[in-house]
Amino acid sequence: MSAQTNLTDNRNLEVNVSPLHGLWALTNRELKKWYKKPFILTMSLVQPFIWLALFGRAMNINAIFTSGSFNIPGLNIPKEIINQISKQIMESTFGTSDYFSFLAVGMLSFIALFTAMFSGMSIVWDRRLGFLGKVLSTPISRGIIPLSKVLSAVVRAIVQASIVLIIAVFLGLDTSHITLFNVLGAFSALFLMVLGFSSLFVMLAIRSTSWETQQAIVNLLNMPLIFASNIIFPAKYMPEWLQPIVYINPISYATDISRQLLLGSPGMASLAFDFLYLGSFALTITIVGIILSWHYLSK
Amino acid sequence: MHLVEVKGLTKIFNGTIKAVDNVSFEVDEGEIFGLLGPNGAGKTTIINMLTTVLKPTSGTALIGGYDIVKQSKEVRQLIGVVPQEYTADEDLTGYENALLCADLYGITRSLSKQRINELFKLVELENAAHRLVETYSGGMRRRLELVCGLVSRPKLLFLDEPTLGLDVQTRAAIWNYIRRLKDEYNMTIFLTTHYMEEADSLCDRIAIIDHGHVLKIGSPIELKNSIGGDIIEIEVKEDADDLSKILLDIKHVKNVKRNNSTYIVRAELGEEVAPEIIEAIRAKGLHISKISLTKPTLDEVYLEYTGRKLRDAQANWEEIASIRRTIKRARS
Repeated sequence: MSAQTNLTDNRNLEVNVSPLHGLWALTNRELKKWYKKPFILTMSLVQPFIWLALFGRAMNINAIFTSGSFNIPGLNIPKEIINQISKQIMESTFGTSDYFSFLAVGMLSFIALFTAMFSGMSIVWDRRLGFLGKVLSTPISRGIIPLSKVLSAVVRAIVQASIVLIIAVFLGLDTSHITLFNVLGAFSALFLMVLGFSSLFVMLAIRSTSWETQQAIVNLLNMPLIFASNIIFPAKYMPEWLQPIVYINPISYATDISRQLLLGSPGMASLAFDFLYLGSFALTITIVGIILSWHYLSK
Repeated sequence: MHLVEVKGLTKIFNGTIKAVDNVSFEVDEGEIFGLLGPNGAGKTTIINMLTTVLKPTSGTALIGGYDIVKQSKEVRQLIGVVPQEYTADEDLTGYENALLCADLYGITRSLSKQRINELFKLVELENAAHRLVETYSGGMRRRLELVCGLVSRPKLLFLDEPTLGLDVQTRAAIWNYIRRLKDEYNMTIFLTTHYMEEADSLCDRIAIIDHGHVLKIGSPIELKNSIGGDIIEIEVKEDADDLSKILLDIKHVKNVKRNNSTYIVRAELGEEVAPEIIEAIRAKGLHISKISLTKPTLDEVYLEYTGRKLRDAQANWEEIASIRRTIKRARS
């Protein structure tokens, strides 16, 4: 046994053997690959920008009432009344008087979801290119590997969502409710959402050696996850068969929190319930995801 | 002292494919030990188990006294690994890649900077340290991988196919670095290769493996001798009676074939046997008109043990894809 201790003694003096060592190194590796390539960052912002600038602006629902063509024959309803009615309808439907603001806040969840979904891809690449094998032969704790993927997804998502929010403000987001406190609240909801979803996708990817499979999973899931949530349309006007799915979908709660805080909309549930639901989702999936990934990597 | 003791190591994939079958051997401290075998022989699987990336189905190994299954964390602190693949991130600089490797071992920043600078100098990469890896040639990438495997000052360094796909000059340079690194840091080196000349020139001892079995272990010379040793061919000037009997009496001579006045002698330690043959023939009053000494190459040893049949589709597609990727990058 003395031979054993001799081999490691002089090492322990100069190394950090805490169970979390390497977490920052691996997370920073992911982040570096991202921020050192402005092209990739830009590309990932193009999609939400197109949604905001084209979709959000094109779906000019307010104009249905205010363009002057809306009236009932025989009744000469004064313009102010129509405007008043349209405002009421908009607010009761979308919780804010213009659709663009409604969608813009939804886009924060959209970009966060996208970032989370692709967090699994990088672990597949690491496996295929041999990097994962190399890391597994170092003294790093195995749970650190999925955790670093999740953390880097969280950081990227928060940065991207901030940029989307700034773009939205320039494109005409209703800023009357925006305060630092509300923004922090909304971003903590996004944080929980990305935490949960990226843990889920890392867990799905951890065994896979084919990035094509992973890509297919992401492509298959992204549209249903977005449409079966309140990102682009409020849940209460959806068909009854769809509503339960929307109310299960954690994205709806993250988006609901953002809308309540950033737009002052009446929510689909209380803020406290939203946070409770989203927080339980994030915590459960993260713990399960990290433990399962850990277990699999230790095989 | 044995630094590595492999005991009955076995790996079965998917319940049926026996990649490594009850393999046992030892590696001594301070030696360069080579696993030599065709693609798909189980070399990488053995390395993956010894480096604690894969768990053995049964059997185990001790590295520095630590069990690779039960004390994998301690094992990982003793070893350094240079995988077959180029694992450095292309979009980071060589220096950043090396820092990352040091961080994975939890080495403090000031110490890792000092070591990395030293290692970059040693492998003559210091001028390219701050360039992106995507601008590196295959040989430079391999040297960077060596730096990464060495930042932790491992007791035992694993090299999986260290020169796969590299050209002859680069390969010779890498061998020099490996020898120099071993002397500098007093390491034990465990490498796999399917290049004979690499095993021959680098390794103190070689294990030839195929189909998951160890077929033969020994120093390159022992292995060459094991298939009958050196070939000495002599031609006697004078017409004389059969000299086979006299030649066979010489120590280390294994067999003699006669063809008129030409004799083909198989012997161990050919350099020592040849002068004795000359003396024995002179003592008979005869003269030798021609003599040649041929040493068997490791190629012959290898073919003798692994068979001459062509290997098709031995390795699985993932392994083949990985080898192809490595070769492609090595040539870049």
